[in-house]
Amino acid sequence: MIGLLPDRLYRDRRIAWAAFGVLAVLLIALPFLVEAGLGRTWVRILDFAMLYVMLALGLNIVVGFAGLLDLGYVAFYAVGAYFYAILASPQFGLHLPFWVLLPMGAGIACLFGVLLGAPTLRLRGDYLAIVTLGFGEIIRIFLNNLNAPVNVTNGPQGINMIDPVRLGGHALTRPIELFGVQISGPHAHYYLFLGLTLLVIFAAIRLQHSRIGRAWAAIREDEVAAEAMGIHTRNVKLLAFAMGATFGGLGGGLFAAFQGFVSPESFTLMESIMILCMVVLGGMGHIPGVILGAVLLTMLPEALRYVGPLQQELIGRVAVDPADLRMLLFGVALVLVMLFRPQGLWPSPVRARELHPDNPDQVRQEQESLYDAER
Amino acid sequence: MDVLLQQLINGLILGSLYALVALGYTMVYGILELINFAHGEIVMVGAMVSVSVLVALTAAGVPVALALPLALAAAVVVCVVTGVLVERVAYRPLRNAPRLAPLITAIGVSIVLQNLAMIFWGRQYLSFPPVIEVQVYAVLGATVSNIQILILVVAALTMGGLLLLVNRTRLGRAMRATAQNREVAGLMGVDVNRVIAATFIVGSALAAVAGLLIASYYGIAHYNMGFILGLKAFSAAVLGGIGNIPGALLGGLLLGVIESLGAGYIGDLTGGFLGSHYQDIFAFLILILVLTFRPSGLLGERVADRA
Repeated sequence: MIGLLPDRLYRDRRIAWAAFGVLAVLLIALPFLVEAGLGRTWVRILDFAMLYVMLALGLNIVVGFAGLLDLGYVAFYAVGAYFYAILASPQFGLHLPFWVLLPMGAGIACLFGVLLGAPTLRLRGDYLAIVTLGFGEIIRIFLNNLNAPVNVTNGPQGINMIDPVRLGGHALTRPIELFGVQISGPHAHYYLFLGLTLLVIFAAIRLQHSRIGRAWAAIREDEVAAEAMGIHTRNVKLLAFAMGATFGGLGGGLFAAFQGFVSPESFTLMESIMILCMVVLGGMGHIPGVILGAVLLTMLPEALRYVGPLQQELIGRVAVDPADLRMLLFGVALVLVMLFRPQGLWPSPVRARELHPDNPDQVRQEQESLYDAER
Repeated sequence: MDVLLQQLINGLILGSLYALVALGYTMVYGILELINFAHGEIVMVGAMVSVSVLVALTAAGVPVALALPLALAAAVVVCVVTGVLVERVAYRPLRNAPRLAPLITAIGVSIVLQNLAMIFWGRQYLSFPPVIEVQVYAVLGATVSNIQILILVVAALTMGGLLLLVNRTRLGRAMRATAQNREVAGLMGVDVNRVIAATFIVGSALAAVAGLLIASYYGIAHYNMGFILGLKAFSAAVLGGIGNIPGALLGGLLLGVIESLGAGYIGDLTGGFLGSHYQDIFAFLILILVLTFRPSGLLGERVADRA
């Protein structure tokens, strides 16, 4: 959980360990607390929040770290999901094991990323955005129509009855009793997703601070200067693209197994834009911010459910369907964030300083750390 | 009936519609280097407004010869107001921000417009009232309807007017100067903000015309018609060379022809593997191919990679 707390706390080992312990207990207890407080549906929402955290962190590598705007991210998500769905469902009567297919699906998504990235990454940022958007649409059109003459994707109906995740012969969708505690399907998925999310967070942090991560930041800030410093910009950008696509494919496989059903409707452009919103709203390039953005935006539509009854109470009728309100609010949020807080809700200290160099708080912090360094 | 000729005619009609929309993209891009994502939605607003007004007027017994221009005028007014508002609120404050910022607000605006339209007009399709009696003429073994001819004529007149505006008037000269170099144009006494606003006004008016024509072409208007249309028109603009007005015309017409020929022959070409419902992928394939092999487009001289 590096980066979630102020640096100063880490200097004291005991506080760090205590905080870590509290956080761990909290994360383990969370689904039970949520179920008790809000009901079983919210545990499922929690699962989706984890899934979106993974996806948003994947997109963050492309958009936040390397500064490449990818508007077709959902294509890789779709590739991962359909790869698993086709090979582990009655569609072709194939039931290959989840743990084999998941990394393979991520690999295939990575391959697609390279295939798309190789010719297009020479382009300037906004062209790249459009090309990725077009690619996302192409993938969706194919998913929608590849039911004839050979039925591969089952067209708009989608693929149903996809095999659930199996852990040691036990299907995760079925409830199980462990240490006297009843663990239901959504709970079990929560722990699986939590584990994988932690892995993804770890990978993202390591990547950010690696040589490659620094190269990405350099390209993001100034591509020409980065090239002059000896960075092979095309390859490094391609790596960011492929890495993001891999995470997307991973998320897709998990989604297919968790949901048990995939259809092209889950992979529209709006989905790409929603994931982008998570990254932008949270704070591009800042891992805790992106996690916050993903969790917030997964919860928001669910919270909007209460808008309907609220309207009923205030003006006597449901004037605007809450479901319709969701995308509208996303759009408004995108515009407002870009206008008033381009660094996001929880930006990285470096980014925030770049965008607001006259913020007295940060200037003070900077001076403090300089003072530390001098000592 | 001659299938090839028929597809060519259909392609030209469709292409002239794409070209009208593409002009809006290309004008804004030429001046601001911004992909005005919301342009497709402005076309949608134009279509929705013109259809609603037309339905209301014909129901009130207003003759068609009066109702059509009134509907167009209403659409132009609403689109221009929307376009200027969008520029003012979402683009102008970010004119000197990093490139991705206005692009993201443009996406946001596009979502907002789409959802507002959905809340306002509902999810159902609005159908274009049958105000013009369809007549079909035979031309060399193919058929053309009077509506198609009308679309072609209106589109051609509009584009001709635009070319005159850009090449022959003071405002047009100011636009071209601003497109070449905004700072220097400002130093030469061009009011850059006014020129940019004027560009959005002209682009949105074109979008309104396009919206009416597209609604009459397909016979329907729908709140999410703008997005894919906008993408295709953008592809057309890129194909012709973005920022280049004749390029947008050429790109639009070419894209229309390619799409309609492609949709007509894709089944034969792939041995029946891919059918005509893949029509929509042509625009994107062209986009990717053009950007990969000739990013400056057919008529563009600029190098795309200006970072």
